[in-house]
Amino acid sequence: MTTAIEPTKKHRIDFIKIRVRRQDGPGKKPYWELHKLPYEPELNVISILQMIAAQATTSDGKKVAPVTWDCGCLEEVCGACTMVINGKVRQSCSALVDRLLEDNPDEIVLEPMRKFPVLRDLMVDRQRLFHALKRVEAWVPVDGYYDMGPGDKQSREAQESNYPLSQCMSCGCCVDACPQYLKIEVARLDGESDEAFEKRKLAEYEAGFVGPHAISQAILFNNNPTGKVLEGERLDALSGEGGIQICGNAQNCVAVCPKEIPLTTSIARAGRATTLHVIKQWFEK
Amino acid sequence: MSEHRVVVIGGGLAGLASAMKLAELGVKVDLISLTPVKRSHSVCAQGGINSVNDSTRQLGDDEWKHLDDTVYGGDFLNHQPPVKEMAYWAPKVIDLMDRLGVTFNRTGEGFLDHRRFGGTLYKRTAFAGATTGQQLLYALDEQVRRWESEGMIKKYEFWDFLNPIVDETGRCRGAVAQDMVSMEIRAFPADAVVVATGGCGLVYGRSTMSVFCTGSAASRCFQSGAKYANGECIQVHPTAIPGSDKLRLMSESARGEGGRVWVPRKAQDPRPPMEIPENERYYFLEERYPAYGNLVPRDIATREIFDICVNDGLSVDPDKMCVYLDLTHIPRAELDRKLGGILEIYEKFQGVDPRDEPMRIFPAVHYSMGGLWADYVKSAEGGLESGAPENHMTNIEGLYAIGECDYHYHGANRLGANSLLSCIFTGLFTGPSILNYANNQKSGSNDVAPEVLSAAVAKEQKRHDDLLTGNPGSDENPYLIHQELGNLMTRVATVVRRNDQLADAIEKVKELHERAMKVNLSDSGSWTNQNVIFAKALQDMFPLAKTILQGALLRDECRGAHYKPDFEKPSLTAEDPAERRRQAEVWCDEFEANNERFLKSTIAGWNHDTQMPDITYEDVDTSLIPPRPRLYGLVGAEEIEEVWNERARAKAEG
Ligand SMILES: Cc1cc2nc3c(=O)[nH]c(=O)nc-3n(C[C@H](O)[C@H](O)[C@H](O)COP(=O)(O)OP(=O)(O)OC[C@H]3O[C@@H](n4cnc5c(N)ncnc54)[C@H](O)[C@@H]3O)c2cc1C
Ligand code: SF4
Ligand code: SF4
Ligand code: FES
Repeated sequence: MTTAIEPTKKHRIDFIKIRVRRQDGPGKKPYWELHKLPYEPELNVISILQMIAAQATTSDGKKVAPVTWDCGCLEEVCGACTMVINGKVRQSCSALVDRLLEDNPDEIVLEPMRKFPVLRDLMVDRQRLFHALKRVEAWVPVDGYYDMGPGDKQSREAQESNYPLSQCMSCGCCVDACPQYLKIEVARLDGESDEAFEKRKLAEYEAGFVGPHAISQAILFNNNPTGKVLEGERLDALSGEGGIQICGNAQNCVAVCPKEIPLTTSIARAGRATTLHVIKQWFEK
Repeated sequence: MSEHRVVVIGGGLAGLASAMKLAELGVKVDLISLTPVKRSHSVCAQGGINSVNDSTRQLGDDEWKHLDDTVYGGDFLNHQPPVKEMAYWAPKVIDLMDRLGVTFNRTGEGFLDHRRFGGTLYKRTAFAGATTGQQLLYALDEQVRRWESEGMIKKYEFWDFLNPIVDETGRCRGAVAQDMVSMEIRAFPADAVVVATGGCGLVYGRSTMSVFCTGSAASRCFQSGAKYANGECIQVHPTAIPGSDKLRLMSESARGEGGRVWVPRKAQDPRPPMEIPENERYYFLEERYPAYGNLVPRDIATREIFDICVNDGLSVDPDKMCVYLDLTHIPRAELDRKLGGILEIYEKFQGVDPRDEPMRIFPAVHYSMGGLWADYVKSAEGGLESGAPENHMTNIEGLYAIGECDYHYHGANRLGANSLLSCIFTGLFTGPSILNYANNQKSGSNDVAPEVLSAAVAKEQKRHDDLLTGNPGSDENPYLIHQELGNLMTRVATVVRRNDQLADAIEKVKELHERAMKVNLSDSGSWTNQNVIFAKALQDMFPLAKTILQGALLRDECRGAHYKPDFEKPSLTAEDPAERRRQAEVWCDEFEANNERFLKSTIAGWNHDTQMPDITYEDVDTSLIPPRPRLYGLVGAEEIEEVWNERARAKAEG
């Protein structure tokens, strides 16, 4: 599938080489494929994948199915397009080709995220990431959606510390980089119904680590004047199975978060709060 | 009361607001979306959301003025009763979003902070940093997740809506959708279906919109018999960052916070922008529109920027058309606090810090004012009748349209920060209407005839299978056809429109459409096949593209974003006051005659035989605020206004 780099092209870039780790479906064997595109300035990895889709031919002229991947906003606010680029987990829309070539003029290597089941090629199933938000009840439990006047007054300081947390776009970079977040892939059993499969899968997800993004969301909603009402439930979730005790404080998460969310600060706050919560529960027993 | 089930298509602001409101009313919801709803296009909105507020009120603002600004900005093509209802709901919508935990920016004392947006003189816009849409969407996403864990809402993410299911009586009984992972096609029976699928920017290839904004869902409803209104009203945003995959928006809030648009007075002045002295800069918006300055409505800003580059040849860059949008005079700390997010976008994608150097920007397709036609019931107060089942129902009974894919609120030009409002408002407001509709029906989601469901699925399965195997010899590539369509539409149906070009484009689009129906797919697999999903979306772009072009061709006038220089009303030329007065009279006569003819919604119905839209016109409800000329920047505006006001007074008295 792959070909060697042509030595003459090494110094003067006329072509961009893109090596893609492909996989035809869950449980299938991954393989590498090399694509070659004429160089243009100001490309990003999405425009490259679009060109590959349009051309659908590998560097050695073989017709192949276009590479499957996920994207949405193309401006790094939706979180859809996350993948591993030259070994680093990040958004492909904001991965500028000229920058990537500065670091490695030979080729750009694209791989799917490592902690989620691959659906096909660069597309993964991140349901577990969203499910974690249910585990920590990441919402404000308002009475209803009728007009009840404004919410509480809030200081500018409070807004300025909560706003960064509320920018989490569920991209999954943090969990991909976290050594404690282990991949969970549940295969459907023969003859298993949709419902039974879903139930079994979610149960496995619930036993796994919630992840730094969810811990940070728990802190965000515990900070909210109304969201606080569920503080106890959130701390229960964080002190239970798959909770905050799994975090080894490796700080990889905060280093890769594209929104620069202070995850380790949230984790530290959540750590203190859960400790107190557990002690309090102990005394109340 | 038996249990009700509603299918909501789309989980942007409108779809999520609808789903959570319906759940609150006890209705079960199946929520279908191309993407996890949290990633919907609404996340892209940067600037903010409008409502009258306590401070603007004390400066003389009220809901009526919000209504007035909206319809004046929209050049009176808006339906006034729904706009009125929206303006009166706006403060309540903001309060609710505040209660749901949106991290709106705050004043020193802890109240919501506001900024000013285009087309108004009041600071009505609440905002959360420069990611207001993201913050609003997340708040609704969280509520929907809450209902999901209570079993009231079930999400179907990575599902493509293929068609409404319409029974033999013409009533919508559910939807057919396809799992984009397993490729399974199935029917979702329902009491009612709500389409909240956003705009259609991808018809133009590149725009400021997300890749999901193909318009495919609206087009599928259109092809199933729903009417489409004001298709030609497409907003081109004045300030975007030109890019090869997307034209990234630079929010109007950059101007709201004091950003100034300029070009060097000397064409293609080679000096770096910061070395060009003040007196050699042409702040053309400020000079031409002293009252509004850089905050003129979007259509005007767009045309001026286009004009300065195309006609005056003053583009900053000789190879690429663009002008400067300058924030460098504003302190860094303030920029970071108020505009951090959007400035990061520029920095990230252009590699230049806009705090140090003016940004280079150019207009880009941004918003679809038009959309699926839908009904409403006017209340005695001139707003909407709350709970009336007809509110936002399309001409297909039981099929509703809300959010960007409806057509009532923004006329021929949308005001900034009004769309997030119309999306949330329509989602919340229609909840009781849909429930009442469902309650009035004798049959519902449980008793749709099985053959109706299976026929609907079989039809889509056939389309799918035919696409995979149908055109073995053809070398038509869907991605390349999409590029051709986009380039063509961008050239003829954006800022400036000319009849010869439009007529010519219609012929070309017909050809492209035929070619698109014969695409040969490079992926014929039956697992997560994005190729076939895209091919369907592409094919379904053509009915909308044709509707946009045909609507534009037939609308021989200038209105809002729809600008035809051949039909532009001239400025007054006479110096002599009496003659000038006479010209103003003639101007007003012509204005009235033109409204008589064109102050109408363009209504398209899809004709399967001709593969073209059939176009008719419908009156616009302007009963609350009589239409008046929009005179931004016209020479003789004062005299025209005088004549106009005299006539309006005479009418009111007479
Ligand atoms: C860059 C940008 C900035 C903006 N800034 C502002 C602003 O500051 N203020 C303002 O008021 N407005 C702003 N707007 C406009 C505003 O963001 C949009 O009009 C609004 O978010 C649309 O919301 P919606 O709910 O109608 O649709 P969307 O948010 O577009 O959601 C559409 C939903 O439909 C789904 N969908 C689409 N097709 C299908 C299909 N075939 N099958 C299944 N699901 C489908 C999608 O998955 C998605 O969930 C901005 C727009 C852009 C492009
Ligand atoms: S700090 Fe905790 S959550 Fe973050 S990467 Fe390390 S182990 Fe994972
Ligand atoms: S915390 Fe950061 S890295 Fe993690 S999901 Fe959120 S945005 Fe992505
Ligand atoms: S496409 Fe949305 S983050 Fe990249």
